[in-house]
Amino acid sequence: MAGLLKKKKNREAEIPTASMADIAFLLLIFFLVTTTIDVDTGIGMVLPPKLDEQEPPPVRERNMLKVVVNEAGQVLLEDKPSAINLVREEVRKHVLNCVPGSGFACTEAYSENPGKAVVSIKTTRSTPYDVYVQTLDEVWMAYFEMWDAEARQLGFPNYKAYTDQLGEGENEIREKIKANISIAEPDPS
Amino acid sequence: MSTHFKKKAANTKQEIPTASLPDIIFMLLIFFMVTTVLRETTVQVRTTLPRAEALTKIDQKRLVTYIWIGPEKLGPTQVGETKVQIDDALIEEITSIRNIMYNELVAQPKLIVSLRVDETSQMGMVLDVQQELREAGTLRINYSSKPEPIR
Repeated sequence: MAGLLKKKKNREAEIPTASMADIAFLLLIFFLVTTTIDVDTGIGMVLPPKLDEQEPPPVRERNMLKVVVNEAGQVLLEDKPSAINLVREEVRKHVLNCVPGSGFACTEAYSENPGKAVVSIKTTRSTPYDVYVQTLDEVWMAYFEMWDAEARQLGFPNYKAYTDQLGEGENEIREKIKANISIAEPDPS
Repeated sequence: MSTHFKKKAANTKQEIPTASLPDIIFMLLIFFMVTTVLRETTVQVRTTLPRAEALTKIDQKRLVTYIWIGPEKLGPTQVGETKVQIDDALIEEITSIRNIMYNELVAQPKLIVSLRVDETSQMGMVLDVQQELREAGTLRINYSSKPEPIR
């Protein structure tokens, strides 16, 4: 008993505090790394500028793919009833018409070349917004897939890898396949 | 003389007291925690965002201005008419958007307008707002939507 007491007295009663700062730093860094401030995601668009009596450039009928979403949320492609999940393939057909190696035969109904192809999305005032977004999404996905395919031909794994190495340079893929999506105004009712 | 000097130097303590360092670091941590304000506006309209696949990320938050469009929240479950909200206020007169947005554009020429629209809204209101944005000259927009759930 007496021996035990003596032993206790000899031990130093201090906790080493030098590493405390490092522990606090580790905590700080851990929280810094794990905190995610949620990023905004969405479908980017550029609205046409305000018209000052100048007419928009005329587009030949065959270069325009008309997508109409009616008030019931039904999709019409070139005035024919269709479905949202068919839009993507139709846009590909329309844009890649007459492009060698695309696997699409040259037809009069679709565009002359990818640079001239326009996709027009028209809605009515009472079209549900989510159907509109889904349709727009399908059109954009068609373009993304075509860009991906172009990038793979140039030897990149995907379109993103191509744009990453591009830096300030000219984006040739987007120059070749332009995403001409026009949001048409509804007919006055 | 040299020996005397040496002796004095040997007597001084060479260590820096590190015991209070963690406290300093914690103070820093708490200071930043307290002063950081995640700018949060109370959204007075319900905006359940639609889901989409072809998403782009907006990296630069300072370029973004939000417009909320959706049914007004009236209670825990009830919703009212579709309204437009910019910053903290509901917009009563839709034509006032052009002035608000024009001023925003002057302050930030590379402005991106993020449209946070409820999925149950109708296109009419969205088209009206877009028309106002064209009047203001803020042409870069973004239909805010969530990624599709992973199946």
